[in-house]
Amino acid sequence: MKASELPAAAVFREIKERAESHVRELKQNKTYIMVGAATCGRAAGALDVLKAFREEIKKHNLDCPVIEVGCMGHCYAEPIVIIGKPGYPAICYGYVNPVIAERLVNEFILGENPCPEFVIGALEANDMLPSFQDFPRAEHEQKIVLKNCGHIDPADIEQYIAAGGYAGLAKILGMAPQNVIDEVKKSGLRGRGGAGFPTGIKWQYCRDAKRTPRYVICNADEGDPGAFVDRAILESDPHSVIEGIIIAGYGVGARYGYIYVRAEYPLAVARLETALKQAKKLNLTGSHVLGSDFSFDIQIFQGSGAFVCGEETALIASIEGNAGMPRYRPPYPAVQGLFGKPTVVNNVKTLAYVPRIINNGAEWFRGIGSRESPGTAVFALAGKIVNTGMVEVPMGTTLRQIIFNVGSGIPNKKSFKAVQIGGPSGGCLPEAALDLPVDFDSLQNAGAIMGSGGMVVCDEEDCMVEIARYFLEFTQRESCGKCTFCRLGTKQMLELLADFTQGKGKIEDIDLLEKLAGEIKAGSLCQLGRTAPNPILTTLRYFRQEYEEHITLGRCPALMCQDLIAYYILPDKCERSCDACVGECTVEAIYSHPKKRYKIIDQEKCVKCGTCLKACPPQYNAIVKLSPPSEVPEDNLKEKAQKSKP
Amino acid sequence: MFLDKSRQLRQNCSGQYTMSKVNSAANEKERKHIVKETETILKRFTRKKQYLIPILQGVQGKLGYLPRESMLKIADYLGIAAIDVYSVVTFYNQFRLNPPGKHSIRVCLGTACHMKGGYITLDAWKRRLKIDSGETTPDREFDLDIVACVGCCTMAPVTVVDEKPEGQVEPTRVDGLLLGFGYEEGKKEKEKSESK
Repeated sequence: MKASELPAAAVFREIKERAESHVRELKQNKTYIMVGAATCGRAAGALDVLKAFREEIKKHNLDCPVIEVGCMGHCYAEPIVIIGKPGYPAICYGYVNPVIAERLVNEFILGENPCPEFVIGALEANDMLPSFQDFPRAEHEQKIVLKNCGHIDPADIEQYIAAGGYAGLAKILGMAPQNVIDEVKKSGLRGRGGAGFPTGIKWQYCRDAKRTPRYVICNADEGDPGAFVDRAILESDPHSVIEGIIIAGYGVGARYGYIYVRAEYPLAVARLETALKQAKKLNLTGSHVLGSDFSFDIQIFQGSGAFVCGEETALIASIEGNAGMPRYRPPYPAVQGLFGKPTVVNNVKTLAYVPRIINNGAEWFRGIGSRESPGTAVFALAGKIVNTGMVEVPMGTTLRQIIFNVGSGIPNKKSFKAVQIGGPSGGCLPEAALDLPVDFDSLQNAGAIMGSGGMVVCDEEDCMVEIARYFLEFTQRESCGKCTFCRLGTKQMLELLADFTQGKGKIEDIDLLEKLAGEIKAGSLCQLGRTAPNPILTTLRYFRQEYEEHITLGRCPALMCQDLIAYYILPDKCERSCDACVGECTVEAIYSHPKKRYKIIDQEKCVKCGTCLKACPPQYNAIVKLSPPSEVPEDNLKEKAQKSKP
Repeated sequence: MFLDKSRQLRQNCSGQYTMSKVNSAANEKERKHIVKETETILKRFTRKKQYLIPILQGVQGKLGYLPRESMLKIADYLGIAAIDVYSVVTFYNQFRLNPPGKHSIRVCLGTACHMKGGYITLDAWKRRLKIDSGETTPDREFDLDIVACVGCCTMAPVTVVDEKPEGQVEPTRVDGLLLGFGYEEGKKEKEKSESK
């Protein structure tokens, strides 16, 4: 064993030196361009920007690498480009399009004008341009798993190695596997999949189960609508996850690893495939990793789109080729998992922390975050928030700091109403809960869960009953059908909620709903069923009067439930000679008053899509939503009757 | 009141668990094509049940859907009952039993998209294409489906058109996208009447 330790370190040193010289060649004393081209960037047109840069560079015959990187987390400003030029700090540009790309090449790379009008910030503090350190969010953010995202080329293993990657792997090959587990245990790392189970203890169970072969599975089945952190990590920094899997494999004594990734993430799958090939080529996986006695192979399994497969036993059933239905635990997968053998199932983020913990030590990790939940929390900020994107903050940061300081609050001068955390298994927390420090236990107490890190912000225009209905519709559709409570109970609750949103509910149904929610929580086997009532229970707890208003007044206070609202054009405000709404209406439901020429919406034709509301020029602002629909003045309806007569 | 609800429930259940319809090849030529493609995929895998899902993904990747002939062939190859293949196919959202259209429209109904009006976008697609989600237009030009989340929540509401995620797809953008395909409402009929 001793003899095999030295070669591993020596082999790795050689790999690292090669990687560092490669990156030096690429970036040092040279202008380089990095374009963020993860799925979020691509949807905003990053590939066109990439093409524009490449063409422009070619046209001017410049020696300037154009590097495709992942997502920096500032998704609101996509497509994002970073340009590094000797003599300048690395500068990050946002909302880039091909025309801006052309200008940047001509004015900044060929000239000396850094085009401050397109700058978001410089990567490091300087006296020329504002930097990210000057942003209010910098005070709260601390990046561990997102550190490399958007700064390295995910398709180039050498950039990862030069940034300190795979050093953890080289280090553990010289350690006894039990020491690796002890280090992770000491760090207090808890599973980032949602439940927060201590990772080291899970690994220990698996190692103590004597049967072989053992397996490590990376759970990248991020089915939670509204969460995209796992996707971003896999697309931007796949090697950190792969390194984590190998370390886990070494610790528990596994021979094979699987990455269970959703087929709906085609780019993540492609990036993982490339990354695995490169790792194998450098002998970071395969037989005798870096010349040691340890052999480990990883393969990708593409999940087929079933939310329940995020549950570990269902995920295992799926890899075995069955319908993904969870089974009763114990035995836990760590003892009896894939093909009946001991299996560790860890989330993407959990595994991405592992190399950093090995490199920096358990004490360093313990020093970040709160006592019971060390480390950072990664959230995908979405919904009604200015800075949508990914944030990574130490555990214990309050929701208010995340939403208002990091996320810059609610757009369009609207006011904050609730924040939905943890997707369909989580809950909606109101303004009063904003000073809650975020960690596994505090969220649980408030009725939400950490989940996989989706954080969706709702403003005053979002209806809580509708949000609860939406999540329930999702869990109902995704219920695998094994347990009666989950299969039938969710259906029943969904119907009650649908009635509410259509103004057909009865006041005593609220109690029925609450009763059902409690029973489903108690009677379901897996977390899908057990947490399915959470969105309902939290909205009932914090927004009960909104439910009552739907039922008793037939009114949706947030003006969101389509059956309870009507669009109406205020005759006094309508400009009359403007036809913006008529032209935009997709169903031709708007016409002019025959004499007075103000516009009228034909309520029977109207599909309530809201296009006219956006089309009406802001200086008139003549279109309003009314609830209940009976608020539309009767003479407005009469005009219609007159119109249809001839 | 509970009795009332339970009766309603039973009706829902019978509706929910109707068997999905399996499609077969329309003619001998298509059948031969299906069998050939299925066999090419099967050759890449050994006869182990754990390869069922990758095989199905491969076949669907080639054919766009899973016809009866393919499923029977796969069951035969793996030595399992055809109903077990059917059960896996109908369990997962990814697999489809009806042939796809030339262009695929996937409307994201993730949380962020829903809150920014994804359901309105879906309505607009349905209205324009005159089909429900999960269906294909009769001329097999478009198929419409929903997807739980494609992970670009910041671009909400998102529609994935032919694998390319399009951000901020609102009803007017729906019309714009369709126009990009040269699809205009009533155009087909117009052409027909002109050619007559």
